[in-house]
Amino acid sequence: MFNKTVAELSRALRRKEISSVELTRVFLERINKYKDLNAFITVDPERSLAQAKAADARIARGQAGALTGVPIAQKDIFCADGWLTTCGSKILSNFTAPYDATIIEKFNKAGSVCLGKTNMDEFAMGSSSETSYYGVVKNPWGTDKVPGGSSGGSAAAVAARLAPAATGTDTGGSIRQPASLTSLTGLKPSYGRVSRYGMIAFASSLDQGGPMCRTAEDCALLLNTMAGFDPRDSTSVDEPVPDYTKSLGQEIKGLRIGLPKEYFSAGLSQDVAQVIQAAIGEFKKLGAQIVEISLPNSRLAIPCYYVLAPAEASSNLSRFDGARYGYRAKDYTDLLDMYCKTRAEGFGAEVKRRIMIGTYALSAGYYDAYYLKAQQLRRLIAQDFERAFQSCDVIMGPTSPTTAFKIGEKSDDPVAMYLSDIYTISVNLAGLPGMSIPAGFAPDGLPVGLQLVGRYFDEARLLNVAHRYQQATDWHKRIPKGFE
Amino acid sequence: MSLDREQVRKIAHLARLHITEQEAVAYAETLSRILGLIEQMNAVDTAGVAPMAHPNEAGLRLRADAVTEPNQREKFQKIAPAVEAGLYLVPKVIE
Repeated sequence: MFNKTVAELSRALRRKEISSVELTRVFLERINKYKDLNAFITVDPERSLAQAKAADARIARGQAGALTGVPIAQKDIFCADGWLTTCGSKILSNFTAPYDATIIEKFNKAGSVCLGKTNMDEFAMGSSSETSYYGVVKNPWGTDKVPGGSSGGSAAAVAARLAPAATGTDTGGSIRQPASLTSLTGLKPSYGRVSRYGMIAFASSLDQGGPMCRTAEDCALLLNTMAGFDPRDSTSVDEPVPDYTKSLGQEIKGLRIGLPKEYFSAGLSQDVAQVIQAAIGEFKKLGAQIVEISLPNSRLAIPCYYVLAPAEASSNLSRFDGARYGYRAKDYTDLLDMYCKTRAEGFGAEVKRRIMIGTYALSAGYYDAYYLKAQQLRRLIAQDFERAFQSCDVIMGPTSPTTAFKIGEKSDDPVAMYLSDIYTISVNLAGLPGMSIPAGFAPDGLPVGLQLVGRYFDEARLLNVAHRYQQATDWHKRIPKGFE
Repeated sequence: MSLDREQVRKIAHLARLHITEQEAVAYAETLSRILGLIEQMNAVDTAGVAPMAHPNEAGLRLRADAVTEPNQREKFQKIAPAVEAGLYLVPKVIE
């Protein structure tokens, strides 16, 4: 049962071949058995099983939807009423969310079961899930390796079959890069597609929640529930939500795939390049045409991002002051001292670095040189994509320049860590939808992900293209050794 | 652009982060390296390019000025570090 996809589990539940309570127990036992992966920050079997029981009653009444009774792990960045919601930080180590994020509310309404809250880089700031206050997450494909980040707990959980699916969030690659490093199918929707209400904010103009699953079909099922207009998120876009499962089977003959030459140059590991070329070859067999394109400003995406994201973070994270919720320092002299000590003790080193970079970039005298300049570059990066999409329908390339790296390898060098997101960040800056799908394995046995980038609000096409590839290949079906 | 300890202390104060002398030294080094990365931006001439603040430039919606949320003071205050008589407690601000 634990190796079935969401689509398969959904059918088994509705045919009453298994109950949601039984299924939830299967996964809770696996979570416990493989707790050394450190994929979860919080599990609450009583709560999960109560939801499963309610789902079974709903199935018995004949009122089940596609996700009713399906256990799903939630990234610990989403507020869930009554659940500890830490965002990977000490500063929220005692924060029991008093309300549901919109997507949690939607999953609850669909009748899915919350399996627990997954581990992550603190405030989603990281590419390795090593900055969590709750310890490092391990990659099931090699437990001395990182699972990527920031949604590394969700990635490890789904890859190790501790959950059939999970949610993630992606500000600069935090769904796609861990999906790539753990052989999953992950989708970062277009900016505005999925509500950000109740999703703890890192960089508000870049953050977007999305599904992390084993197949494109499962991502379509989850996105059907997650997507949609939300009046409580001022940046939510009021566009109709298609049934993303409907277009999965469409032919992709004649599809024009753009390969950005900048994504295949220096910095890309040869092992990764070979797997990506083989995957492109598979698409040619499926009838796709290859077009060479150029994204000339993509090399500036990292410097641009490391101004904009920290600037927004420094503002968003100013709310954590120890006054109304969360951790408060024990010893302080006055109000200012309470703020400073609470934040010094509550935040980890990477979060502090980003808050300080952002504070500096926004401070008097530096605003034009940093923040304004970065916003201008953001425009150039977005225009590169607009131009490229005149000659192609989907852009493809590697998700990450390397396979999963060793735990500790980059944790003392923030600049080296930032370069892990070189191919993913520009997609967030432009607000476009992006996916990572399993494309094979490097000679060291570690998975490689293929990135797909689509036009604004073109998620249905990305899912269709990914699904066709998964019908022709079986990379997405491989299980890491020791978790069979 | 590299930052010295004094600048780091000033930034930390603006960001309401208490830092020790030792931390100021370490942050001066790492933040300077990050700024070195950021300064690659200067390689491109962006004169006349309109800044892009947001992927969705259609503008923000307005909503009716109506009460939509119920009062949940007790629920919210249950998770506060210190409350008294329905108020959040912080150190004395006015002598």
